[in-house]
Amino acid sequence: MPEVVVDESQDWPRDLRDPATREAACARLHALLLRAARFEIARRDVPHGERDDLALQAADDALVAILAKLDTFRGASRFTTWAYKFALLEAAVKARRRAWQRREITIDDEAWGRIAVRGGDQLETRELLAAIAAAVPRCLTEHQRRVLTALALDGVPVDVLAERLGTTRGALYKTLHDARRRLRAELEKEGLLP
Amino acid sequence: MSELLNSLLGPGEPEITCEQCFELLDEYVELEVRGGDPDGQIPGMRAHLSGCPACHEDHESLLAYVSLRER
Ligand SMILES: [Zn+2]
Repeated sequence: MPEVVVDESQDWPRDLRDPATREAACARLHALLLRAARFEIARRDVPHGERDDLALQAADDALVAILAKLDTFRGASRFTTWAYKFALLEAAVKARRRAWQRREITIDDEAWGRIAVRGGDQLETRELLAAIAAAVPRCLTEHQRRVLTALALDGVPVDVLAERLGTTRGALYKTLHDARRRLRAELEKEGLLP
Repeated sequence: MSELLNSLLGPGEPEITCEQCFELLDEYVELEVRGGDPDGQIPGMRAHLSGCPACHEDHESLLAYVSLRER
């Protein structure tokens, strides 16, 4: 792979906006995004035959996202660092979705009955887990319980669950956050948390 | 705290949202790489990264990639 030289003095936002330089700047940026996406895909469990495709899709999507959000670049970091995060995110989301694409997500309430065992031989941990399992049906809404079960108990990635439920990562995390707050408040009331 | 307890109860301290996390991630990582004070300048990020596995992964990736490019 030919080395792509990053010229940090390049005025990326200007070059990407100016019709005279736009096409060349997009091509240079795309090469940088592709390299970042390949880095991310290589860190993940993606079969070799699918890596190039997934990285290319991620770089394409990242470029579109960057051009749409160009006005939000505040210069708080270097432009390339700002741009890399889009490529890494697109690649990570695609890899996570790929890993889960054939897996069904079932919300298994029975799992709550078994979590105390997952505390290992630490009595305090087992007690806390048992108290959480008891508090869940009492303190959480149906939606909070389902989201907490999928994300915290079953380890479903938040962006995978968001895609299945037709919502966003931020909205789901907010639900998780609220559920955690209610559980913490309940455990504090019971004197199990400081 | 065990990993399971952490994922059930979260960090239990003020944290920023996933959207704010993505918004500020590049700035945070550059502060880390340059030896600045990321947690002083961007409060709530560290707590969010410990509570949100997806953002945690995204942060690890950007930090690793920028560190690699800086070498
Ligand atoms: Zn997050």
